[in-house]
Amino acid sequence: MTHSLHLWLIPALPLIGAAINGLFGRRFSRQTVAAIALAFCGGAFAWVLFVCARFSSLTLPHSEFFAHWIRSGGFLVNFEFYLDQLTLVMLLIVTGVGFLIHIYSVAYMWEEGGFYRFFSYLNLFMFFMLTLVLAGNYLQMFIGWEGVGLASYLLIGFWFSKDSAASAGKKAFIVNRIGDFGFLIALFLMIKHFGSLNFGQVFSAVAPLPVETIGFGVLTSIGLLLMVGAAGKSAQIPLYVWLPDAMEGPTPVSALIHAATMVTAGVYMVARSHVIFDHAPNALTVVAIVGTLTALFAATIGIAQTDIKKVLAYSTISQLGYMFMACGVAAYSAGIFHLMTHAFFKGLLFLAAGSVIHAVGGEQDMRKMGGLKQYIPWTFLTMSIATFAIAGFWPLAGFFSKDEILWQVYSSPGSWVFWLIGVVTAFITSFYMFRLWFMTFFGDYRGRAADVQAQPVHRHTDHDHGDPHESPLVMLVPLAVLAVLSAIGGFAKYWPGGGIEHFLSPVFYPIVAETAPDLAAEAAKRSTEYLLMAISLGSAALGLYLAYLLYYKRQDLPQKIATALNGFYEAVVHKYYIDELYATLFVKPLVDGSTRILWHGVDQGVIDAAVNDAAAGANHLSDAARHMQSGNLRSYAGWIAAGGAVVIAYMIWMGV
Amino acid sequence: MVPVSYYLILSGILFACGVVGFLIKRNIITIFMSIELMLNGVNLSFVAFAAHWQQLSGQVFVFFVMVVAAAETAVGLAIIIAVYRTRETLNVDQVNLLKL
Repeated sequence: MTHSLHLWLIPALPLIGAAINGLFGRRFSRQTVAAIALAFCGGAFAWVLFVCARFSSLTLPHSEFFAHWIRSGGFLVNFEFYLDQLTLVMLLIVTGVGFLIHIYSVAYMWEEGGFYRFFSYLNLFMFFMLTLVLAGNYLQMFIGWEGVGLASYLLIGFWFSKDSAASAGKKAFIVNRIGDFGFLIALFLMIKHFGSLNFGQVFSAVAPLPVETIGFGVLTSIGLLLMVGAAGKSAQIPLYVWLPDAMEGPTPVSALIHAATMVTAGVYMVARSHVIFDHAPNALTVVAIVGTLTALFAATIGIAQTDIKKVLAYSTISQLGYMFMACGVAAYSAGIFHLMTHAFFKGLLFLAAGSVIHAVGGEQDMRKMGGLKQYIPWTFLTMSIATFAIAGFWPLAGFFSKDEILWQVYSSPGSWVFWLIGVVTAFITSFYMFRLWFMTFFGDYRGRAADVQAQPVHRHTDHDHGDPHESPLVMLVPLAVLAVLSAIGGFAKYWPGGGIEHFLSPVFYPIVAETAPDLAAEAAKRSTEYLLMAISLGSAALGLYLAYLLYYKRQDLPQKIATALNGFYEAVVHKYYIDELYATLFVKPLVDGSTRILWHGVDQGVIDAAVNDAAAGANHLSDAARHMQSGNLRSYAGWIAAGGAVVIAYMIWMGV
Repeated sequence: MVPVSYYLILSGILFACGVVGFLIKRNIITIFMSIELMLNGVNLSFVAFAAHWQQLSGQVFVFFVMVVAAAETAVGLAIIIAVYRTRETLNVDQVNLLKL
């Protein structure tokens, strides 16, 4: 394979789009802005499809050199692109789902001010995300990593005149910075120990090293630090707090960045670094523990949220936890598989939620929705598919990927606790998703009484909101496409030629030889697998039934339960007071320390004081000296005479 | 021949009179006259030394001093007249505008 695929085009196209819209978009009409954004994003998607078509003829991993970047002694970093099966899957998800969400955004954002700004940011995000995915070395990946953080910050704070949106953007940026710090240290360790950041070179340097089963070696440190970075970007405990707040951004942004693509960058990075993690089982265990805890923890918070987007945000955190759980038991392809199906159904859920919010005129509180089924049938249909998919009902996408994860977790030794928590989380997931579903679409519409109050986030100016209304076709088409993908995406497991896991296996298990299948053991495994499937299906159904009971049949019950479990319920509603805890533990000491020591102490006490005191001293000195200048002629004469007398006295004294 | 020290003592007395007059008198004209007294005290010592050392340069220097004193008198009197016209006083304690 000699000729180039011009992989650089894939990130470059959205960058051009972002530049054009960002620089000149103010003068363009909305149609032009939308056309430019869609053209360049679609162009990237088309190029990915082209690469896809040529993929089978490549020798993998395929690497393309673009330019030298850093040359410092023996240390070399290039701009280079790296293409293998994992990259291809990510590229398809990012550009495909991204393109659909671009289309959706055109209609969703049509009434908003700053239309060109929005699309410029969105294209910029695509550029950085594709840089991250296509990077051939860790430093280039880090550029993308930081860049998507920037784009995320800009888009969360898109309505920057709203205080909550501005601070949510800052929160996301700062929390991510903590994770990035870990990532950076990991990079430094790699440079120190392997002398390179290139994927191929690092991995081939790691491969011959012994597996660090005990102790706390270099690879374990690198793995843990990479996990810190991943936890920041992918919203895992303890750095997940920014993601729910990120819902302040426009809904398409939540769908694209905070559900489908950017937040999965951490999973991608862990999967990409699997060689390191394979050699550091302790780090991998930490990944599994963090993922599992996050999955359960976020899911329980999701139960009590009333903001439709917040429910989905916690659901995203929980599902990302699943992906890390899978990576934690070295089932990377299962994690990536779930990443893919999650991108479909969670992107769809957010877009459908956006359509719901659009329908009810900007209301996000599910308590003011209800009965929307007959008003917005298409949204209802697509959202139902996504809800059933995430809950894990056969034969929708979520079933296959979640089941694959649970199966892999179960079958890896000593991980049954993770599996149990996974199943419980699946039940909770199903419960809160159907709670959302019933509260939004069934029963009676509760929005009219509340129409008077509550300034909507999503500002519509052209039409008043009597009845909820269906979204325009431009928004429904992406919903429909994603719904189809959510429905059939799971069958990627059964692709001809071995399915997605077989497709990804060269990346993750490059040296494993095909062993002859032990038929009896296979059969036993099969039956266990079917049993596990039945269990997870059962838990999903139980969740559905419970939600049906509580939020459809007996709507008085939730209130009673909440009253009965008063303390616990309060804690869940307030997200276990984690934000408050962080505020007390970290934010407040930092703010106080900065105020008292750095501001009042150092800045005012030392720096300002030095300048001011010097000026005041000069002032006082001059004030004293100024009195010599009395304007009285005879006093001047007196000074001169006295001076002369002193000189003469001196001369006499010295005997000159 | 009168010893040079006598001249110098007289010169010192004249100069001291000038200084004291300058310091204690308030009338500008009197102060001006005190300056002349100091100059002439110095002139006396120049001349005394010139005679003592039999050198002309002291005498020559006295001429210079006289010329400068004459010029100074002309300018000084003009200033005094200008001051009197604007301030209608010759008391230096009241001519004290040049201060903060």
